[in-house]
Amino acid sequence: MALSTIKTASIDNNAVTTDKIVNDGNLGNRNLIINGAMAVDQRHDGSSFTVSNGNAVTGFVADRFRVNETSGAAITGQKVADAPVGFTHSSKLTITTADASLGSTEFHRVIQPIEGKDISHLNWGTSNAKTLTLTFHVKSSLAGQYYISVFNNAADRTLLKGYTISSANTWEKKTITIIGDQTGTWLTTNGVGIHLMWSLGTGSTYQSNTLDAYQAGFFMAKSDQVNLAATNGSTWQLTGVQLEVGEVATPFNNEDIATTLAKCQRYYFQYGPSGGAVFRHFNPAYTNNSYCSAVQSFPVEMRAVPTVAYSAITYQNADNWGTSSGEKNQILTYSISTSTQPISGAYIDGNNTDYAYVNAEL
Amino acid sequence: MNIESPQYQNDPLTGQENHCIKATINGMTAFIPVDPDNADYAEIMRQVDAGTLTIEEAD
Repeated sequence: MALSTIKTASIDNNAVTTDKIVNDGNLGNRNLIINGAMAVDQRHDGSSFTVSNGNAVTGFVADRFRVNETSGAAITGQKVADAPVGFTHSSKLTITTADASLGSTEFHRVIQPIEGKDISHLNWGTSNAKTLTLTFHVKSSLAGQYYISVFNNAADRTLLKGYTISSANTWEKKTITIIGDQTGTWLTTNGVGIHLMWSLGTGSTYQSNTLDAYQAGFFMAKSDQVNLAATNGSTWQLTGVQLEVGEVATPFNNEDIATTLAKCQRYYFQYGPSGGAVFRHFNPAYTNNSYCSAVQSFPVEMRAVPTVAYSAITYQNADNWGTSSGEKNQILTYSISTSTQPISGAYIDGNNTDYAYVNAEL
Repeated sequence: MNIESPQYQNDPLTGQENHCIKATINGMTAFIPVDPDNADYAEIMRQVDAGTLTIEEAD
C-alpha cells in the first residue's frame, strides 16, 4: 500500500497507544544538549573574543560550548548570524595564527560537558545502556575527515566516531549514532556525566585508530583528523546540536529562549555591563558598625556553590568587599570599612563597563 | 585559565576560617568556595598539587 493511500481511518485505533507515543517516541525536552541552537551567549553577546591558551574551563563561544586550544595556534570565537535553514545563529571559530605541526599533546576542540544528573536515565555503565543519536550542522573552510569523541568524567572510557565535511564553506547536516557504554563509570551526580567533544586537530598522544567501539583511555580523534590550524584564516562553525535517546534523529527540539537561558544559568550567569548595579549593599542594609551585608539570590539553583567574580567595584565609605556563606541558590556578600565610620556600602556598577559573573561550570 | 595571587579568606560575618579563596582569574577578582564541586577550586588545587601555585594564608 502506498503511503499516500493511508488515511486516518485506515489506522486501527489500537495501533496508536499513549504508551507508544510517550515511552517509545521522543517528545519535548528531548535534547540532552543545552543551547544547541547557539541562542545564548552571555559572556560575549555576539562579540568576537580570543580563546585563551590552555585546557581550562574558559573560552565559551556560546553558553555551554567551550573551546580549548593548547597548541601554538591562535583562535577567535564568535556567535554569528550565519546558520542553515531553521536556525539563526552558529558558533564560529577562526584561526588567526596557524600551527601546522601539532605537538603530541596539543589539540584544539569544542566540548560540551553534560551534567550527570541529566543522563541518569541512560543507564550507561550497565547492560541496559541506551543508544543516543547526535545531530548537528557544521560548516568549515577545510573539507575533510573530522571526529567527535564521547568520554566520561574520569577520561578513562572513550568512543570515537568520524564524520566527513564534503564541501568547503557549505552547511552540512550530520547524524551519528552513539551506542551506550555497558562498562566504565558514567557519573549521575552533579559532576560530568558525558563529555561530548568535536576535535579540530589532535596530537598523537590523543589519537586512536579504534572507531565505533568504547575503549579504555582518553582519545580525541584518528590520525587523519583535519588540523583546522594548519591554515591561517580557516573557519569551523557549529549549530543545531541535538543529542537524544534512541536510534532515530528527530527534528531539532526548538526551545523557548527563557527555558534555554535558565538551563544555561544553572552553570553561569552574568550581571552587566549595562544591566544595572549589582551585589549592592548600602546602609540601612544589615550593619554592624564596620560592615554591611546583603543576600544576592540567583536566577536558578546552580549546579554547585559558585565562584563570584567582578571586574571592578565601587566603594562608598568602604574599602573591602567579599563573599560570606554561599549556597547553590544564593550568596551572602559584605562590604567592610576599616578606616571610615559609618560605612555606606559598595556595589558593582553594571551600568558602566563593569560586570560580575557567577560561575558553576563543569 | 590565569590564576594569580590566591589567598584564603576568613569570613568576618560568621568567623569561619578559610571559607573561600580570593584570587585574580583572567583579570577578574574572584571569590572561590572551598568546594571540590566548584571547577575553579578544582583547578586551583590541581595547580597547587602540580607545584605551580601557592595559596597564601588568610590575613
